[in-house]
Amino acid sequence: MGKTIAEINERIKKGKAVVVTAEELIDLKKNSESKKLADEIDVVTTGTFGPMCSSGVFLNFGHSKPKIKFGGGKVYLNGVPAYAGLAAVDVYLGASALLENDPRNNKYPGEFRYGGGHVIEDLLAGKEIELEVTTYGTDCYPRKYIKTRLKLDDLNEAILFNPRNCYQNYNVAVNLSDRTIYTYMGILKPRLGNANYSSAGQLSPLLKDPYLKTIGCGTRIFLGGGIGYVAWWGTQYNPSVKRKENGTPVEGACTLALIGDLKQMKQEFLKGASLTGYGVSLIVGIGIPIPVVDEEILNFAAITDEEIYAPIVDYSNDYPNATGKILGEVNYAQLKSGKIEVMGKKVPTGSLSSYKKAREIAKTLKEWIEKGQFLLTEPVSYFPGPESGYKFKPMRQEEI
Amino acid sequence: MRTKKKYVLHFPPKLIDKPIISDAVKKYNFEFNILKAYITPEEEGTLVVELSGDDKNLAETEKELKEKGVTVQTIESDIKMIKERCTDCGVCIPLCPTGALEKKEDFSVEFTPERCIACGLCIKACPTKAMVSTI
Repeated sequence: MGKTIAEINERIKKGKAVVVTAEELIDLKKNSESKKLADEIDVVTTGTFGPMCSSGVFLNFGHSKPKIKFGGGKVYLNGVPAYAGLAAVDVYLGASALLENDPRNNKYPGEFRYGGGHVIEDLLAGKEIELEVTTYGTDCYPRKYIKTRLKLDDLNEAILFNPRNCYQNYNVAVNLSDRTIYTYMGILKPRLGNANYSSAGQLSPLLKDPYLKTIGCGTRIFLGGGIGYVAWWGTQYNPSVKRKENGTPVEGACTLALIGDLKQMKQEFLKGASLTGYGVSLIVGIGIPIPVVDEEILNFAAITDEEIYAPIVDYSNDYPNATGKILGEVNYAQLKSGKIEVMGKKVPTGSLSSYKKAREIAKTLKEWIEKGQFLLTEPVSYFPGPESGYKFKPMRQEEI
Repeated sequence: MRTKKKYVLHFPPKLIDKPIISDAVKKYNFEFNILKAYITPEEEGTLVVELSGDDKNLAETEKELKEKGVTVQTIESDIKMIKERCTDCGVCIPLCPTGALEKKEDFSVEFTPERCIACGLCIKACPTKAMVSTI
């Protein structure tokens, strides 16, 4: 017997909903029939906490006296440039933006100590941020320069809007070359010195509803320690990749664009990141509730680390040159054991995302739902599935 | 009383061709075990070394090395984990050559300073700057 989201919400409001984390569900399923569990359980919570570069925040500063038009000028927040091609006092600050005078990789590998992700974290921490704007004057916006200090509370809106988060599965990065390389997947030692992965596996939201049957535009989620929403499918959305029989893709597949009010988020779940030799980013905490509408969804949500496979990719050659070659597949149970085998060699593994925090997020979301503070949503519209033929295309190159 | 201590010694360019350690060994009679040694392109020398011997003699050695211009740092005070900054991701773990950084059963990352040889790889690897050098 299926349940509707409205019925689940009624139970949440009465404090009667049965909510479990994806890990707890996996344990329960060892001793119970899935049909029985699908009847009993209303919601399964998930979580992930890792660097997601396609993140950023829209900010509105209010008007100065006399007025100034940021658009067409240059805007810096703590020295980090923000995009100002918008109305007078709106900007978008991207997580990967760097200080204008950052040495980048000129002194290789660059340290990338501060950037957009760190400004977002500092705003959340309640710190004062320095705003500097240089622009041209108009009759209605005469002021050409301003330098002032402000805090998150001083802003009108601060809207976190991340065009690509929550990757459904991801590569395991290794290095086959003879020198250490510095990547967004971390430091990779030569000759298969280590293997770095990034997905939370059995707790990761989109691996628990692999065909996005319950997740779509408008889905309410845990975002950065507060409440957020799925705004759209994410950039580089790629549902048509190869999948295992259980529905999980064997490479990066679907993604989500997420939105939420930064002012109610927490520094603990949104952190600036410095990736040596690569750049800066934002570590984002996300949790998505999966409504157990039927037995099929329950079985998806119960998929274990042993059943989720990731491709092993050489980041010294195959990744940068986009050869598409993979060195093999490995499951998340093997990755989390601390060692995997690649080309006959035992290789120690490192994780870029925090499984401990992912677990904390799934538990927090569970508590919110149990307390009736968080209701589930029916998506306003659903996203293209594998049958749609929707694909992530490479760049058209007719170089000039 | 005999003690065992790990040190990071920094030698300025003018000292790198002097037999400072061997002189000290003869004078103060301690055992030494070199864990790591390198010279930077700017010709500064770094030596990570474990010394064991009479604690008074070790104290005298530290004093004498400092007088000669060597920067002396015990390892415990060299690399630190700032727990509040650590997100327990574990990207540092496969890089640590001595197992000083480990993932526990609850997926937290634990740092054991006694095992650390101050190679500094974790500092470069940590996205949230939780690993810091006090030099």
